[in-house]
Amino acid sequence: MSQPRVPGWIYVVVIPLVNILLASLAAGLLFWYLDINPLQAVATMAYGAFGDSYGLGYTLYYTTSFIFTGLAVAVAFHCGLFNIGGEGQAYIGALGVGIVCLTLGGKIPLLLLLPISIIAAGAFGALWALIPAWLQAYRGSHIVITTIMFNFIASALMGYLLIEVFKPPGSMSVESAIFPESSWIPKVHDVAALVGLDLQRSPLNLSIVWALLSAVGVYYFVWQTRWGYEIRATGQNSGAAEYAGIHLGKTVVLAMLVSGMLAGFFALNVVQGEAHQIKLSLVNGMGFTGIAVALMGRNHPFGIVLASLLFGFLYQGGGELQFEFGVDPRIIVVLQGLVILFSGALEKMMKHPIERLYLKYFYRPTTTDAAEA
Amino acid sequence: MTAQTDVAAQMAIELRGIDKRFGPVHANKYIDLKVEQGTIHGIVGENGAGKSTLMSIIYGFYEADEGDILIDGQVTKISDSKIAIASGIGMVHQHFMLIQNMTALENVVLGAERGIMLNDSMKHAREVLERLSKEYSLEVPLDTPVEQLSVGLQQRIEILKALYRGAKILILDEPTGVLTPQETEHLFKVLASLKEQGTTVIMITHKLQEIMAATDNVSVMRRGEMVAHVKTSETSREQLAELMVGRKVLLRVEKGEAAPKDALLEVSNLSWTAPDGVLKLDDVNLNVRAGEIVGIAGVSGNGQSELLDVLSGIKQVQKGEVKVNGHVIDKSHPLTPSEVRAIKVGHIPEDRHRMGLVNSFAADEAFILGYHRLPQYNGKVFSLRNEITKDCAEKMEKWDVRPQDPNLKTANFSGGNQQKLVIAREMEQDPDVLLVGQPTRGVDIGAIESIHNRIIDMRDAGKAVLLVSVELEEIMSLADRILVMFDGKVVGEVPASVANEQILGLMMANIVPDEVKALQKEAQA
Amino acid sequence: MEAFNSLILILDATLRVATPLIFAALAGMFSERTGIVNIALEGKILASAFAGAAAAYVTNSPWMGLLAGVMVSVVFAWMHAFATVTHNGDHVVSGMAINILAAGLTAALGNFWFRQGGNTPNLVDPFNDIDARFTPITFPFADQIADVPIIGGIYSELLSGHFLLVYIALLAVPVCWFVMFRTRFGLRMRAVGENPSAVDTAGISVTGMRYLSLTICGVLAGLAGVYLSVAVTAQFLPNMSAGKGYMALAALIFGKWHPRGALLACLMFGVLQAIADRSQGASLGGFSIPVQAIEALPYILTVILLAGFIGKSIPPKAIGKPYVKERE
Repeated sequence: MSQPRVPGWIYVVVIPLVNILLASLAAGLLFWYLDINPLQAVATMAYGAFGDSYGLGYTLYYTTSFIFTGLAVAVAFHCGLFNIGGEGQAYIGALGVGIVCLTLGGKIPLLLLLPISIIAAGAFGALWALIPAWLQAYRGSHIVITTIMFNFIASALMGYLLIEVFKPPGSMSVESAIFPESSWIPKVHDVAALVGLDLQRSPLNLSIVWALLSAVGVYYFVWQTRWGYEIRATGQNSGAAEYAGIHLGKTVVLAMLVSGMLAGFFALNVVQGEAHQIKLSLVNGMGFTGIAVALMGRNHPFGIVLASLLFGFLYQGGGELQFEFGVDPRIIVVLQGLVILFSGALEKMMKHPIERLYLKYFYRPTTTDAAEA
Repeated sequence: MTAQTDVAAQMAIELRGIDKRFGPVHANKYIDLKVEQGTIHGIVGENGAGKSTLMSIIYGFYEADEGDILIDGQVTKISDSKIAIASGIGMVHQHFMLIQNMTALENVVLGAERGIMLNDSMKHAREVLERLSKEYSLEVPLDTPVEQLSVGLQQRIEILKALYRGAKILILDEPTGVLTPQETEHLFKVLASLKEQGTTVIMITHKLQEIMAATDNVSVMRRGEMVAHVKTSETSREQLAELMVGRKVLLRVEKGEAAPKDALLEVSNLSWTAPDGVLKLDDVNLNVRAGEIVGIAGVSGNGQSELLDVLSGIKQVQKGEVKVNGHVIDKSHPLTPSEVRAIKVGHIPEDRHRMGLVNSFAADEAFILGYHRLPQYNGKVFSLRNEITKDCAEKMEKWDVRPQDPNLKTANFSGGNQQKLVIAREMEQDPDVLLVGQPTRGVDIGAIESIHNRIIDMRDAGKAVLLVSVELEEIMSLADRILVMFDGKVVGEVPASVANEQILGLMMANIVPDEVKALQKEAQA
Repeated sequence: MEAFNSLILILDATLRVATPLIFAALAGMFSERTGIVNIALEGKILASAFAGAAAAYVTNSPWMGLLAGVMVSVVFAWMHAFATVTHNGDHVVSGMAINILAAGLTAALGNFWFRQGGNTPNLVDPFNDIDARFTPITFPFADQIADVPIIGGIYSELLSGHFLLVYIALLAVPVCWFVMFRTRFGLRMRAVGENPSAVDTAGISVTGMRYLSLTICGVLAGLAGVYLSVAVTAQFLPNMSAGKGYMALAALIFGKWHPRGALLACLMFGVLQAIADRSQGASLGGFSIPVQAIEALPYILTVILLAGFIGKSIPPKAIGKPYVKERE
């Protein structure tokens, strides 16, 4: 049965790169149409994103958010589930963080509060994923639709809570009170100042450490534990999982709980680290960006960190484009869409041509192949 | 058959040198076939003999790599189903091609509409169908969604679909597989009246008595080749069984006498019904003793897969009882697959791709599938990856799995080595009862021998082995006793010393030869 | 009388709110009935809203806007078909790609062309002789009998005075029903979503059917978008589809993939939205129901329906699965 072999690196490196190249090409055409020299644009973005500690801070701040939402999508993906509810789960995670910071903030030291807020962020996000997960596992309701619905339910719920519960009396804007300062996650520039390093102010905060730890954690969870093993078996071949005695329903719920938890962590960065209050639509599409990040990072934590950095660069650099070329900063959303289109939706488009090309020009039949045929 | 006497009979369809490969699989090898007009022509062969592929080529679902199809003497290039339909070919697929939530009328009209608006088509179709169904006794309720109709009625709709499109040649693929005996009888009457009206019928089946009962001519396929064309009146079931199975060179397997001890696996009155209501296991009784191999022969789809699934805990016992090693499994004491493993039952699944392996896993991960929660592979939190890899590497060496690389993706091993990996996994856990399904499917000759020897070794080590295989030679060379399954039931049992292709072939078609009956009587007495 | 008047007002608003949902739900029906999961309605609405407003402004004609909006939506639908049908891509991923692309492209191009932060200029601008908005249609004698009790309210307020597209949407429902259940195309389309191999063996091209259905989907989604920008708002605003594509998808599921059911669901969701828009919540037996709860109700109901707690909504059998001719 086995076909002449195309080596793994073709799939892991060449095809993804070609897809990204196609996305960049399409983006380049758009830039060119918008009277922007694509190369100049890249240079501007690079300077804006990496040129100084201010830009770099912003870039890494966005990166942090994307690591969380990207990991969330990836863990569900490994179980064969498409969690597009990261948006809502992150939003509800903010609720958890908000409750902890508003009730305990100023009363207990940060070192004590931080673990509680981390747990709250994760637990609230996981909880918001639990119902769609359960419905998928035991009632067969399609998780894509239910998570979409839960995004809207989350935003209605948060709207209500902000107006009726969190809005300080007399305030006009729909947002919670500012958290007590002692509950804020320290900014990186403040921490750097302690060791005598002078960095410009930026929203980058210590959540990035937690994000990187989460990435490592996801790696170990997915590839080095029996639960991760069961999640992958279920996602790759549910027949084999059943044969192996893996309980499909429980595995689906577990994967979604972890996924929701990771999405919930998003709130640590954006709410506890930067905004210091709960606001309307604070997730602002970054949950969806997680899909692009996961696709590009091929659902591997290492790839996701790299892809997050790329998207962080795009987000920050995109803002820079506005100053330089007067282009709408949402142009980066186009890039994001192109990445999802070429790396995800059209993933198979280049597969056959590249395979054929490889077999035609680089493939030398070996004796083992001949024996099999 | 009177027309034949004066002139050479008209051929409705003729195949010349049809050849088809799917990658390395040579599904049809230069097939020649002549089907006389107005006859019922049977095509028999074991599973995988290439019958369905050949029919799909005639119906335009696949295109042949080489060869010609002649319809009414004209070479016709059938590149898609549309051309086949236009050439007067109709096909009733084994899995019906019906839209379940639509009515019979809608299903018939689909693709054969008379215009943009449905009303006219429906009215016309209703008239035609009422006439056709009377003419051929193919009455069906026209306005009930198909999903509410029995399979027998659904099949009538399929035949009506073909007739409505003006089929002059009707191909039926395993038409009786899902029918009750009464429905089968009715179908044959329908086919006979179709023949009378001049329609040519090609019927694919593996059931010999049906060939004898319903056909005029019969062609036999074996391993992608057409091996015989005979007149039904001039042959016998015995001859057909022999042609179908072929005198194969027995693979020599060195094995001594079995020394069976106590029964480790006892199945009594086991029945299992699929969610769609089809009875897949019908009051199965069997036992396997320590130190023997019990083979289950049969054409696939006669309940063997379900038997393995129920015994291994993948499907739950619904009726009856399974006793393993003293543990009772029944409806009120169900066990999950992991619990079944825990009472020392190993399971080499029939289909390693669907069940036995995860293609994207590394070999060492695939090697612990089903045993991944065992303490030797797990720490408190993390899996002991090094232990797993080391263990797998050792077993790969012992079992000669090549390449000996525990980190290589499972998909990148050859079929034989994948299978060795599965077998090593299951046997190395030292089970008392071993369930084996199609152990050498898609495995190269070299590996077959070693797999067979391992199975014998298990027997000699005092294990109870239940072997399911559609390969008769495999069953005959390995098993000590052979049970034959047909339609969810155990047709009968033959000691390996008595079994031959002919006897088994007949039993697989639900005919118990006299000598086996005598043996069974003897055993009862 | 007071109650009657506010009832009329709410129903009037319902029609206005439900119109894009009806178009989009019907659009989704054509796609999902042939087996293509359509979470891309949102993006198609947004893209057509933008193209419609931009073209209407440039040509100073709402009709050119309509044409452009529909065409752009169809192009997006083809992109969807190219990914899901031609290249067997994941339906959900390609849907997301389209939504995100639409969000980005409309903002970026809008800003480039009009320099108003992604908005298009207002379509009604007497100073520059711009009048490219659809105007509401007033029925004959509507003004005269407006003051007649009951009848005046119903005729002049509720029935008269909507945009042409509102009436087209209401008309589209029976038309789509007819197409689906009374024509050859509809029969084939429904069959493709249930069992593509059966359709293939009947000699019909699955690919062709899916492309055709997605084209119709594009046209209908385009009407929804054009309605939003060229009729209601008289301007394109970034992200103005505001989840309507998803809500239409919910309505489609709620309506069990049937035109009548989808219409009823759209009207129900429309009533809820109209109530939420009119008041700061409603009260029921002394309990006050927050406005957000009313807004979330369509989604909550859909989830409950999907869970099988109130009836069962069974999707087309082959939905979401690429059709690949497989060897047995």
